[in-house]
Amino acid sequence: MSKVIYEHGRPGRGTDYLPEVEVDLAALLGVDNLRGAPPPLPEVGENEVVRHYTNLSRLNYGVDTGFYPLGSCTMKYNPKIGEAAACLPGFAGLHPYARPEHAQGALRVLYDMEAHLSRICGMAAFSLQPAAGAHGELTGLMMISAWHESRGDTARRVMLIPDSAHGTNPASAVMAGFTTRQIPSDSRGLVDLEALKGALGPEVAGLMLTNPNTLGLFERDILEIARLTHEAGGLLYYDGANLNAILGHTSPGAMGFDVVHVNLHKTFATPHGGGGPGSGPVGVTEALAPFLPVPRVVSTAEGLRLETDRPLSIGRVRSFYGNFGVILRAYAYILRLGGRGLTEAAEAAVLHANYVRAKLRGVYDIPYDRVCMHECVFSAARQKEHGASAADIAKGLIDRGFHPPTMYFPLTVREALMVEPTETETPETLDAFIETMTELAALAERDPDALKAAPLSAPVGRPDEAQAARKPVLTFKE
Amino acid sequence: MSYLPYTDGERAGLLAALGLSTPGALFEDIPAAARAGGIDGLPGPMDECALAAHLTELAGQNDPAATPFLGAGVYDHYIPAALAGLVSRSEFATAYTPYQPEISQGTLTGIFEFQSHITRLTGLDVANASQYDGASACAEALFMAVGQTRKHRALVSRGVHPEVRRTLRTYARFRGVELAETDTDPQGQSLTGLSEALTDDTAAVIVQNPNFFGVLEPMTAIAALAKAGGAAAVAVCDPLSLAVLKPPGACGFDIAAGECQPLGLPPSFGGPHAGYLATKESYLRRMPGRIAGQTTDAQGRRAFVLTLQAREQHIRRDKAVSNICSNQALCALTATVYLSLMGPKGLVKAAALSAIHMDDLRRTLVSQYGFTQVFDAPFFRECVLRPPEGAVCDWGYDLSADYPELAGARLLCCTEKDGAERRGRILSAWEANR
Repeated sequence: MSKVIYEHGRPGRGTDYLPEVEVDLAALLGVDNLRGAPPPLPEVGENEVVRHYTNLSRLNYGVDTGFYPLGSCTMKYNPKIGEAAACLPGFAGLHPYARPEHAQGALRVLYDMEAHLSRICGMAAFSLQPAAGAHGELTGLMMISAWHESRGDTARRVMLIPDSAHGTNPASAVMAGFTTRQIPSDSRGLVDLEALKGALGPEVAGLMLTNPNTLGLFERDILEIARLTHEAGGLLYYDGANLNAILGHTSPGAMGFDVVHVNLHKTFATPHGGGGPGSGPVGVTEALAPFLPVPRVVSTAEGLRLETDRPLSIGRVRSFYGNFGVILRAYAYILRLGGRGLTEAAEAAVLHANYVRAKLRGVYDIPYDRVCMHECVFSAARQKEHGASAADIAKGLIDRGFHPPTMYFPLTVREALMVEPTETETPETLDAFIETMTELAALAERDPDALKAAPLSAPVGRPDEAQAARKPVLTFKE
Repeated sequence: MSYLPYTDGERAGLLAALGLSTPGALFEDIPAAARAGGIDGLPGPMDECALAAHLTELAGQNDPAATPFLGAGVYDHYIPAALAGLVSRSEFATAYTPYQPEISQGTLTGIFEFQSHITRLTGLDVANASQYDGASACAEALFMAVGQTRKHRALVSRGVHPEVRRTLRTYARFRGVELAETDTDPQGQSLTGLSEALTDDTAAVIVQNPNFFGVLEPMTAIAALAKAGGAAAVAVCDPLSLAVLKPPGACGFDIAAGECQPLGLPPSFGGPHAGYLATKESYLRRMPGRIAGQTTDAQGRRAFVLTLQAREQHIRRDKAVSNICSNQALCALTATVYLSLMGPKGLVKAAALSAIHMDDLRRTLVSQYGFTQVFDAPFFRECVLRPPEGAVCDWGYDLSADYPELAGARLLCCTEKDGAERRGRILSAWEANR
């Protein structure tokens, strides 16, 4: 069992990084303002700290460790040139309140990145401020609300959301002040057009859509969906989680979307960091551009600068200008690939997903078995009848050296296993995964109990999640 | 140029397995009217050698050292050399949210340690896995207070960072929460303004300590005021200052939120950093975001998992307490490792040296250079100073845009790096240019 940092060290230990200091803090800061004793943090020497976190890292599985087909998360390879860029002192050391004349390089990255994303997405303008995909959703929905309000159309308080949508969609809608109405999927796994027609009305502010959707299927009726939504006075929101599939083949703008967020940490290959930092820029059509968050980067005769005086802007959604270090990595990725490289990346991502789908057809159920985009949703319903669930298959994969696919999502598929291979994997890796998934299906039929104990080779076995929630232990106690 | 891992021939093999010769057939679901034939107008592709040169050139167009004594929410503290190598390890950096705990114990243990460090600094019971930044963490704190008190009006002092207040305003507007700002007194403190504006329908009292002017607030009295009025007390605290300052939990605050940047995170033109959020046990189920908890596996081995997920969007959808999905895991890990390296003694030194350096700078500027100190109350590592009449001074942060009444005054900051020698150099250069 590995330790937590509090179980290392001894009182009095530690490494000096700063000079000794003699000061009467009570005189300087006021005795009432002080804490009685230093904070009870661990006291550990540098060698022990370094070993602790190095060993912790070895308990993790990352893209750099192995295949990570986690659907909807686009765990593609993260090029290291982005890391090198973010560490350059001219970027890493730059204060956000540096005067514009001292920050022209950073402002150039932001200005050009807005333009690049606008071209990729077919939108008129972008803000890079949101810190993550869900933050981008919230920002975009606030803009939709503000746009309706600016037209005096204050009755539009309902946001339509497909039943296959990411959970962030309804949660973001509520946070932006909307109520939600769910649109069912039809037998094709696509938006049910009749249900959509029935749901549209004068109280509807818009429709949030992921395309390709979370089943990995392209919403073929997208132009009709856009027409219907717009005719009913609503706006169309594009959840860019799956943008990687369509780069260069279509764009949110070409499909008729009004507002879009993109996940730089997915499509544009910045590292996920164990759950962040991400970046969720928001793009809009010309009509919505005045509502983008401030500040905006503008080009003037004296160079680039930041502008805050935008009366229709929704305001700020966080401090400063976004997760600059993440934006910089994505900027490097876009320049490295260019338009052609991004288009090829999408093609390879889609090719790989379809290859896996074709090879595993008949091994696992495929509820919507047609050409998929960048990911494919299998069902372990058949294996479940033998006694091995989607989770059992997933844990079996861990023992065989793979990160599992996304499990139990989308909610519209029983025992869902959502596989997104991404474009950066070799054919050997895809074949090895396919072979392992096939072996696991056979094992599920022959000896499902053998999978119940999995994983056996991981640092820990399946944790008791019920116990964790019933008696929460959320901090270290001596 | 791309990161596709194979030859054209190998790609043809994959296509052939699907009975295809080009990938075009895989995109036929896209309606003809929406199809694009590539992306126009992008630069690149660039080889890595050319790209590296381009990025270096752009970095060279920035001058991080141009403005001395600049803080105002982002601080230039010393970062131990051991930190960068640890947190940039691929196993941490290229993992995703720890949905599969068996192969994510590194990330999960790190989050558990982060939560532990933050509760010890803030003196509160629980903390989450981090927020996007300090400003959005404060917005979440506001909604926690609104949920807990079932009131819809909040007070925020103008002593709170202007960008935090603007962020609060945006979030509050769309959620239908009324937000009122209260003035600081001639000492630069918030108690009087807050107590005049507090009413029975106040959900939250939001105050920053040290406040944006660097001034220390009467925290215990402000928490008591909020409590008496039936409002939640929300403290916006710099975690590094909590090495020496009385923790918000001990002062009686219900929620603390803030920015972890001072804990080993480089300025990076404003991000990525990480927000923290800590609260009392009684608010736990209103806390947004990821939370790691301790449990055991079937063999009784300790294991960490994401827990209390019934609060979250992927389970509760429109009933979730927030839409937040990710955290700023790698930045939170950076703060965690920083605190583990510095330890209590190191953290106290960083805070104390910063405070002494600022006090020394203030004394020098007032006694030898004709500056005036605007607020008399004790301050931490920042201080508002007005340059002598007619002098041009572009140090630190210009307060005129956010505080017209302080036009001409500068918010100056020192850290442990601003020792006597560095300060002396800056002052001599300024003197020479006058």
